[in-house]
Amino acid sequence: MAERTHREPQRRDDEASEVDEGVPARSEDGTRLKAELDDLLDEIDEVLESNAEEFVKSYVQKGGQ
Amino acid sequence: MALPKVCGIETEYGIFVRGAENDPVAASSLLVNAYADRLGPRPGWDYEHERPSSDARDPEPPAFDGGLDPELESRLVNTVLRNGARYYVDHAHPELSTPEVRTARDAVLWDVAGERIVRRSVEMALGHLPSGAEIVIHKNNSDGKGNSYGCHENYLVDREVPFGRVVNGVLAHFISRQVICGAGKVGSEFPGQSPDAVPYQISQRADFFEEQVGLETTIRRPIVNTRDEPHADPLVYRRLHVICGDANMSQVSTFLKVGSTSILLAMIEDGALKDDLLPANPVTAVRQISHDPTLRATVLLDDGRRLTALDLQEALLEQARAWADRHGLESVGVEVGREVLERWAEVLSSLRADDGRAARWVDWVAKARILDAYGARHSVAEGSPRMRAIDLQYHDLRPERCLATRAGLDEIVEEAEAARAVDEPPSDTRAYFRGRCLGKFGDSVVAANWDSMVFDLGRDPLRRVQMSEPLRGTADLVANVIDESSTVSELLERLGS
Repeated sequence: MAERTHREPQRRDDEASEVDEGVPARSEDGTRLKAELDDLLDEIDEVLESNAEEFVKSYVQKGGQ
Repeated sequence: MALPKVCGIETEYGIFVRGAENDPVAASSLLVNAYADRLGPRPGWDYEHERPSSDARDPEPPAFDGGLDPELESRLVNTVLRNGARYYVDHAHPELSTPEVRTARDAVLWDVAGERIVRRSVEMALGHLPSGAEIVIHKNNSDGKGNSYGCHENYLVDREVPFGRVVNGVLAHFISRQVICGAGKVGSEFPGQSPDAVPYQISQRADFFEEQVGLETTIRRPIVNTRDEPHADPLVYRRLHVICGDANMSQVSTFLKVGSTSILLAMIEDGALKDDLLPANPVTAVRQISHDPTLRATVLLDDGRRLTALDLQEALLEQARAWADRHGLESVGVEVGREVLERWAEVLSSLRADDGRAARWVDWVAKARILDAYGARHSVAEGSPRMRAIDLQYHDLRPERCLATRAGLDEIVEEAEAARAVDEPPSDTRAYFRGRCLGKFGDSVVAANWDSMVFDLGRDPLRRVQMSEPLRGTADLVANVIDESSTVSELLERLGS
């Protein structure tokens, strides 16, 4: 899945670089997007169901149209 | 000449109960009833003329009147709302059909209103559940275990166009439009394939299509559905019932899904769509495209060429632009049509460049971005339960759980208008008449469906008002009459019914 959003190797959060190498002309956008993504990741940990395995396993639906 | 692309979206929502017995049928009924009851006495749905087993490949149009059809869905719970929408239980899912609208923008507006209605229903149902229990709703299309439910679109099409031409015209778009509006999914649900064989795919529904063309909707699902139930004058109109799309959380995705397809159908009506993009094997192709989120997969066309989904979409967009220049955009709304073409181009350009901007517009890209970043930060494997939980929670309608609302998606409509659309019908289709009558004369409406309403005037007989023209019953035509009538009798008299 790391293949999809960036064809370059997925950047790790512990790397210092702020600018996405694939978008040199949009460094401000890139920085802002990364910051937003970091905020989102922080928030996800609170929002995500605490027992993910159980939650996913128990999610069953009847077939519809 | 292209007919106005009256359209609508019907969404089957995922449902389960926490903290009490998980009976989806009962919970769905509770949900719809809880909302409907607050509106006072409820008119029933009038099933008399429903014929879901009429097939578009039949040379004869469906009969205009007649008895009940054995394939009707459960009569359990069914209500028409004052914004012209239909809210009901379809087997084991709550389902909401937007009122008929004229443009893709309005489709988004009433779809968003539909989400608000469902969320409000969840709140209202709480009072009817044991303490601590809740109904949880997802706006998605599968449970990851091989069970799928739909988000269907409906488009008004000229019956003069032979159905075969419609089929040939839409296939290339139906297999490839997922790149601009797919909702994304962790894992595969293709029968016989290991769920982990596909770490992430573009469409929630692609794995469930087994036929190219067909009447079914719950088994042997076809990419092009032949249901021929126009709910309008069957000699003039066709309602194309599209079942191959994903439910979208992103308003831009919904906008593009409906907008691009409306344009395509108008092009087919105008004879302006070239048929050189016909896929050789659409059922295989829709899956091939879905299973490659790097967008490199090529699909075989009937003429021997191999093109990627982006190639197909770019070719369709180019033809769409040429059509718009030559024929104009009136059929889809001039302003809205322009915006559809612009956004369509922007999304394709972003996907082509892989510059990440599409994460603000397209659900599968937004979701992939979250999954990639989360996976990287926590070193979690693809397909792991936490990744599947993120996939699922992207679509969770609970405000405190929903990931889509936290993903930085652009919006098409404003909160205030969406709030109004909960109670107000569109002004430019027959949904206006339906919604206004329910709002003003709800007590006197005995039954309603898409193309008629039955009123109780307080004396025998009941009166049916036929509404077989989707473009009549608009505010322009009936607002004054409705405003000036203080009773239904007066209204019907003034309408000359």
